[in-house]
Amino acid sequence: MNIDWTNFTPVPALAGGVLIGVAAAMLVLFNGRIAGISGIIGGVLQRSRPPGEAGWRLAFLAGLLVAPLLAAAVTGLPDIRIDAGAGTLILAGLLVGLGTRYGSGCTSGHGVCGLSRFSPRSLAATMLFMAAGFVTVYVVRHLFGGLG
Amino acid sequence: MNVIIAFLSGLVFGVGLLLAGMANPAKVLAFLDLAGAWDPSLALVMAGAIGVGTIAFSWAKRRSLSLLGLAMQLPGATDIDRRLIGGSLLFGVGWGLAGICPGPAVVLIGAGVAEGWIFFGAMLAGMAAFELSRRAGDLLHAGRRT
Repeated sequence: MNIDWTNFTPVPALAGGVLIGVAAAMLVLFNGRIAGISGIIGGVLQRSRPPGEAGWRLAFLAGLLVAPLLAAAVTGLPDIRIDAGAGTLILAGLLVGLGTRYGSGCTSGHGVCGLSRFSPRSLAATMLFMAAGFVTVYVVRHLFGGLG
Repeated sequence: MNVIIAFLSGLVFGVGLLLAGMANPAKVLAFLDLAGAWDPSLALVMAGAIGVGTIAFSWAKRRSLSLLGLAMQLPGATDIDRRLIGGSLLFGVGWGLAGICPGPAVVLIGAGVAEGWIFFGAMLAGMAAFELSRRAGDLLHAGRRT
């Protein structure tokens, strides 16, 4: 294994992770809800949603949207680089949307909240989506030499 | 009040993603690229988030009401079924293709990145397809019973 020490950013990574944990803690301690982004978005799309379920979901998403505006005003936006073309983005988006709803969670719901609850179900989900991510990048970059 | 907390939680979450580098798809893919120049940063993002999360959830698990007096709604499912396995694998493939998961997708839109809209639109379509298939499944199920 070849570690890329020049791009390794342990301090911001750990600090950002702590903030993500604080955000998840706020939502569960005050509101009793899981900070799972795919579930929060998916719940807005549900027709059979009970009343009062849309407001907090939209407010959470508004917070996520405002975060980069705040960051841009205070420190400037960090580097954002996307190499994927439109076709890859569409395919990836479809798979992420479908997969997270079938699998009942994503990196935040299973990966952060589920592992923090010591849920075996979330541990299985996290190991599976990480493994699928590792294999996909291996296939795309090292077997096919990259995608547009 | 719970709407204000949700907004603040989303804001802190988004700032955390930006600071951690999770909102930069190139960095996420560098983490997923074990055979290339591997950037292990995102493992520390998970460690930081789970470190704080473990404390919060150990408290939450013992309570039936939140600090605002709302019902504590923790997931009750425990079975590792075909849906969980298949869904997680599909998600992982999509994540590996673009380096974007649902939270960063929303942050990218806020950052004014056009690719964020393309990904987010497709992700909503995928979620809507799930809703439709679930409704169709419910109808089919109801039809079989009657």
